[in-house]
Amino acid sequence: MIRILKQIFRTGIVTEPLLPEVDAEIQEVGAELKKAIGKRFSRSLTIRQVDAGSCNGCELEIHAINNPIYNCERFGIHFTASPRFADMLLVTGPVTRNMEIALRRTYNATPHPKLVVAVGDCGCNGGIFGESYASLGGIDKVIPVDVVIPGCPPTPAAILNGILRAVGNR
Amino acid sequence: MSVLLDAIKSSLGSDAGCDECRYTASMLFCSVPRERFVDAAKAMRKVHALLVAEWAADETPFNRGFGIYACYRWGAEYLIVKTEAPFEDPAFPTLTKQFLPAYRFERQIKSLMGVTAAGHPDSRPWIKFEDWPEDAWPLRKSFDASKPMPRVAGEYKFLSAEGEGVYEIPVGPVHAGIIEPGHFRFQAVGEDILNLEERLGYVHKGIEKKFESLSWKDGSRLAGRVSGDTTAAHSLGYCMALESMTGCKVPERAQWLRALFLERERIANHLGDLGAICNDAAFAFMLYQMSRLREIMLRTNHELFGHRFMMDRIIPGGIAVDIEADGKELILSELKQIAKEFNRLVKIYDQNSSLEDRVRDTGILIPDKARRLCQVGIVARASGLNLDCRTQNPFPPYDRIKVNVPVLISGDVHARAWVRVEEVRESIRIIREILNTLPSGAISSDVGLPSPDTYGFSAVEGWRGEIVYWLQSGPKGEVNRCMVRDPSSVNWLGLEQAVLGNIVPDFPLCNKSFNQSYSGNDL
Ligand code: SF4
Repeated sequence: MIRILKQIFRTGIVTEPLLPEVDAEIQEVGAELKKAIGKRFSRSLTIRQVDAGSCNGCELEIHAINNPIYNCERFGIHFTASPRFADMLLVTGPVTRNMEIALRRTYNATPHPKLVVAVGDCGCNGGIFGESYASLGGIDKVIPVDVVIPGCPPTPAAILNGILRAVGNR
Repeated sequence: MSVLLDAIKSSLGSDAGCDECRYTASMLFCSVPRERFVDAAKAMRKVHALLVAEWAADETPFNRGFGIYACYRWGAEYLIVKTEAPFEDPAFPTLTKQFLPAYRFERQIKSLMGVTAAGHPDSRPWIKFEDWPEDAWPLRKSFDASKPMPRVAGEYKFLSAEGEGVYEIPVGPVHAGIIEPGHFRFQAVGEDILNLEERLGYVHKGIEKKFESLSWKDGSRLAGRVSGDTTAAHSLGYCMALESMTGCKVPERAQWLRALFLERERIANHLGDLGAICNDAAFAFMLYQMSRLREIMLRTNHELFGHRFMMDRIIPGGIAVDIEADGKELILSELKQIAKEFNRLVKIYDQNSSLEDRVRDTGILIPDKARRLCQVGIVARASGLNLDCRTQNPFPPYDRIKVNVPVLISGDVHARAWVRVEEVRESIRIIREILNTLPSGAISSDVGLPSPDTYGFSAVEGWRGEIVYWLQSGPKGEVNRCMVRDPSSVNWLGLEQAVLGNIVPDFPLCNKSFNQSYSGNDL
């Protein structure tokens, strides 16, 4: 236990002030955003992540926004296991034929008003996998999308920024 | 002479045609008549070879039927045994009785290529879902892959168990965490798992088919996206297979830097996994500490190579980005910090008895089972099998680096975690050695294009384990077939076995310690 505490003290707080490139935009959305999350989402935005066919690269970066450096919880953002509790779906991948139904069901199980954010080049338009017998292309081919976050994979900063943008848009 | 080739020859005699070789690189290959395919497998089993992969290729563009290939491994040797089936009679005898992993490979061959493994115990489709048209065989040349398929009615029959107190728990495809989709069905009594059935294929994106529509050069980008967490190793596997077809000599410096990417990928993923395993044992402290170290590495990657995972940095013929002297310094100082903190954290892991209670004796895959299931990589090494392409089939520059491979025999969650711990330490050492040795010179050379009807093969040790690529060029020298075998294709079977007799709440822990790729399996 002593070791654990020592390590915690030694590490200190590593959460970063917002990165400059995100910063500008977040400043802009800034106050309004806080208000938005505060008013519409009771100061907490709950996200259900859905992999609709990604290569798992995008998932790694979504994991990263949870790490102590990006620490998305400070914005009131956290992930839930059930779409029933979710305010937002964060969807990756070119929707595969085999995931289409599961994605639709997840969407339908999410209560209104719901936000959908498509993550990664694949989520935007199918990316390198494009459209084929097995891949339907972007997320918007299956469910309505509010905001897209391009990149292969997008950086954690870009993902955070995209999420905040989606909330700000509302 | 070769052990495998000798074994085939002595049991099949003149039936094994070993001369017909279209491999430019030194690769053991022989073809056998269809009715002797199983005898070849028996001969392989006798010399304790492992089945690496089994696949089919549509060879109608050459006026042949289907080629069915089985790749075996024994120590440093890989041997591919080929048999043919005419187009009108697409069938071959099953190898499932000889080698368990053939069970899935053959279901997949049937589902995606429409070639039947006669005598296979399970006729259900694999990767292909019940709502695909029955005669949709995407890997056949006649299949139009650009159009969406209609959905048809169908039902997938899961295995079932009956008896007093037996109940079923279906899980997925959308799981609780931030994780890829797959479906698991447990049969349990009380908390004990009687049986686990995996049903994968949710992230099937038609990758193997897609390769056929790309140029050889573009193929490496797609290979880098077979499984995003293994992007360096997969693109390396593809590039090496292609280079073996064209006789391309990759410059020394590029070879060493490729190894640098590979080892950095290994460390970053192991750090993530160790954190995640501890987190599933309710020790979140470790998740945050490890993910912090991981983030440090990814940032260095971004700064030096322009991408956090180094996607598209390994290209046919070499690499796309060089490293300067200050980059070297940056890596060395980064590693110093990581090594120091990592050792401190491992001590905490090691002395935490409540953690120990969860990870020891949980999810055991005994060495004998691991062997019969032909497991590879971390999973194999945690179950007593000393398998690592970096030492047994050393692709350059590993022929000049000594790699110490950790092998444990307990086969439990702890063993799989501990193999990762040792490997992180070893990879840090290897990176230092690479940076000290790094020769100067060019970082890429011209790959050229393969001539018609030639084959390329490579086996690369990714962080999960052995990755195999097999390429075949068509009559005009285009891509005719690209077979990808991610470690997950075999190791998923290991997970199914390892959870038996464990309690349902320990499944996430077992699963995390295997951490297999869905995308790399579903293709
Ligand atoms: S956008 Fe890139 S990283 Fe994300 S799923 Fe697609 S290929 Fe993978």
